[in-house]
Amino acid sequence: MRDAQPRLLQTVLAPILFGAAVILLWQGLVTGFAIKAFILPAPFSIGSEFASNLQNVADGMLVTGGNALVGLLLGAFVGILLAIVSSLVRVFDQMAVPVVGALSVVPIVALAPVLYTMFGAGAETARQLVAALAVFVPVYFNTLKGLRQVSPVHRDLMRSYAVSSWQATRAVTLPTALPFVFTGLRIASSLAVISALIAEYFGGPVGGLGKSITSAAASSNYGLAWAYVLGSIILGLVFFCAALGVEKLISRRPG
Amino acid sequence: MSITAPTNNPDARTTTSAVTVDGVSRVFAARKGDGVTALDSVSLTVAPGEFVSLIGPSGCGKSTLLRLIADLDMPTSGSIEVFGKPARQARIDQDYGIAFQQAGLLPWRTVAGNIELPLELHGLGKVARRARVAELIELVGLSDFARHYPDQLSGGMQQRVAIARSLAESPSLLLMDEPFGALDEMTRERMQNELVRICAETKAAVVFVTHSIPEAVFLSDRVVVMSPRPGRIRSIVDVGLGDMSNRGEDLREDENFFRGLSQVRDLLHGDESAGRPPGARGVETR
Amino acid sequence: MTQLSPAHRARFGLSARWRGTIFGVLGVVTIALIWELYKFLGPADGVIIGTLTVLPRTSDLAMPHLATMLARLFEPVTGAAIAVPLWQAVAEASLFTLGIASVGWLVGVTVGMILALLMQRFRLVESMILPWIILSQTVPLIAIAPLVRRWGAQINIGEFSWESWMSVALIASYLAFFPVSIGALRGLGAPDANHVDLMRCYSVGWWKTLWRLRLPASVSYLLPALRLAAVSAVIGSVVAEVSIGLRGGIGRLIVEYAGSSGGDPGKPWAPIFGSILVGLVAAGFVGLIGLFLRRFRRGESPA
Repeated sequence: MRDAQPRLLQTVLAPILFGAAVILLWQGLVTGFAIKAFILPAPFSIGSEFASNLQNVADGMLVTGGNALVGLLLGAFVGILLAIVSSLVRVFDQMAVPVVGALSVVPIVALAPVLYTMFGAGAETARQLVAALAVFVPVYFNTLKGLRQVSPVHRDLMRSYAVSSWQATRAVTLPTALPFVFTGLRIASSLAVISALIAEYFGGPVGGLGKSITSAAASSNYGLAWAYVLGSIILGLVFFCAALGVEKLISRRPG
Repeated sequence: MSITAPTNNPDARTTTSAVTVDGVSRVFAARKGDGVTALDSVSLTVAPGEFVSLIGPSGCGKSTLLRLIADLDMPTSGSIEVFGKPARQARIDQDYGIAFQQAGLLPWRTVAGNIELPLELHGLGKVARRARVAELIELVGLSDFARHYPDQLSGGMQQRVAIARSLAESPSLLLMDEPFGALDEMTRERMQNELVRICAETKAAVVFVTHSIPEAVFLSDRVVVMSPRPGRIRSIVDVGLGDMSNRGEDLREDENFFRGLSQVRDLLHGDESAGRPPGARGVETR
Repeated sequence: MTQLSPAHRARFGLSARWRGTIFGVLGVVTIALIWELYKFLGPADGVIIGTLTVLPRTSDLAMPHLATMLARLFEPVTGAAIAVPLWQAVAEASLFTLGIASVGWLVGVTVGMILALLMQRFRLVESMILPWIILSQTVPLIAIAPLVRRWGAQINIGEFSWESWMSVALIASYLAFFPVSIGALRGLGAPDANHVDLMRCYSVGWWKTLWRLRLPASVSYLLPALRLAAVSAVIGSVVAEVSIGLRGGIGRLIVEYAGSSGGDPGKPWAPIFGSILVGLVAAGFVGLIGLFLRRFRRGESPA
């Protein structure tokens, strides 16, 4: 334990010191070189704008966060379901490989405008669907990978017990796949927030962090715009930590 | 501490052999050209309560033969019967327990959880499971580790759990595929002593695959020496070292033990030194 | 898993490579069928639960027929006399965006590799920076896209003046360098401890070890990172084009044509096809790189 302490200091202290140094340098550069706000506002002014507009930022976070959550749940559900189907039905898997592969490399947010048309420009549905599609891809890939990880020795063991395939699935396949599902969800949680946010840049109703950033920038209120950016960073962190927390909770053991 | 004698075959002591392998061949098909003949017309009988080792160089088909007996694979020709039933039926009826070289423990279950796996899968009630698991844990000497997870155990301990698991349903036949193969020599000898003790108590028949000559001779009633390409039984040595319960640690220093070693070694190396007295050769059928 | 017998296989002449393509086409056709089927069966106003539209409207304006979308591609962009066919406008815009994304990708990959090398060489740098890099992957930094519009306006160094497209490329490179730095770092640290010891036995310095051992060993990790960087660069370009209002790119077209969906339902779909193409080309390019580096990927387990 004694050996671990200096290492812990190094792991935690070094990045924190670095981050603090960057912020101070940033503040110094902005004040020293009198950099205009529309290029880069000072970190302290961002902080004060954030504090004074807390309610508005929180409202925006709720809208974007809500969309991200709906997208996350929907995309994860469909992703896990289709991964299970793919692991069982070979034909489905062969058709899905190129389609999901293509989905993983194209800008899904490009669909936002037509989705707004299909579901109504006043609804949040389009943003939720963009987030859901973005979430679907990593959850599908990782879940499928996990479902295929059963080791040969475990397979032989189940066969030697002459159990039904459902029993074998419950006893071995699902627990083996679980860590992979969580990896996918962790990646997906961040993607959900990012996708829900950038979908707002492509249209739709007024609420949400993306819309607020755009309108603040349009009215040259750059400090406020950066405050909303800070809000979106916090939102991303919240989702990531929540995903991590759920993972720790469900897999009661470390690693 | 009492271990129930095998309960699932009341005729175990009479004429039905534990395992009857009759003219079994297994050919693995290749994409083009001829396949690999892992086993070529192999025949073998294992009597109830008998400990038989399969030994031979890589590619002689010993693991393949074990897998065929366990119905983890099907022979290309020939038949296998376990306690008078076809291998498939014996598997469905759960007439055997199996232990692999990699212990194959489920990493998310504790030691107790792993041992009770077959009992749980086959619907035994919780109370009965707990009792049986307690018995088995004590049998393999891991009472203090019931709540540990596999990654907290050494290789030898993991194998002990695997062996306890294979005994869970008190089978009359144990199939073991190089279970001590991944262990160091000292642990290996300790495990061999343990296994001998367990077999003396449970009186199960055992088919044991190994690479190690001393291990085969120490543990077995008969040693089946196999040769590769194609896989065949070269010869069977009747080790003649007496009952399981009489095999203690000092057996390894015994003269008869060394004689058994030499016999098996000669067969494996394919020549018989003229100077040695010919050892008893087993015949393929009793 | 069914195995086709040699006779069966010979009769249908299927080889693994073609089978993949055929199934891919089948997959796309299935999706197209689902689209048309829903359009045929679904209610005109969509399925509404409470105030929420759960399934989309099926009118020709909201969900045009696939045939309409395809046919629209060959008609001119606007009613004006000089208008070019829609597919041509989309193709030009796609190339434009692809170009910017490529610049962003190159810059991002370079910066990412340099950072990774620094982190590999100096443990202190790694402890300082890596947590921030990982953190930045979880937060939507692309949110700042609307804010970089005016960045370049001030910079005029001699002949060189900052143009708007460079802001877009900057954002693309920003998104691209994160996966590259992490992937490259992991790859550079991937070689077997035995191999590293071997290099030390040969008294080989850090640079030579890098060139002979670490870089080749990192290829398996680098390629997926490069792929992710390409995808991120494309997404970043598209979003930045919209936020900055850059003309000429596909992002601009997406938003511009969306406005005409009222009277011209097929038009907004054209830039979507264009952006799909851009994404596929970007990923395909990285795939080609992977093909060249095949030798370094032996022993790689499938992702």
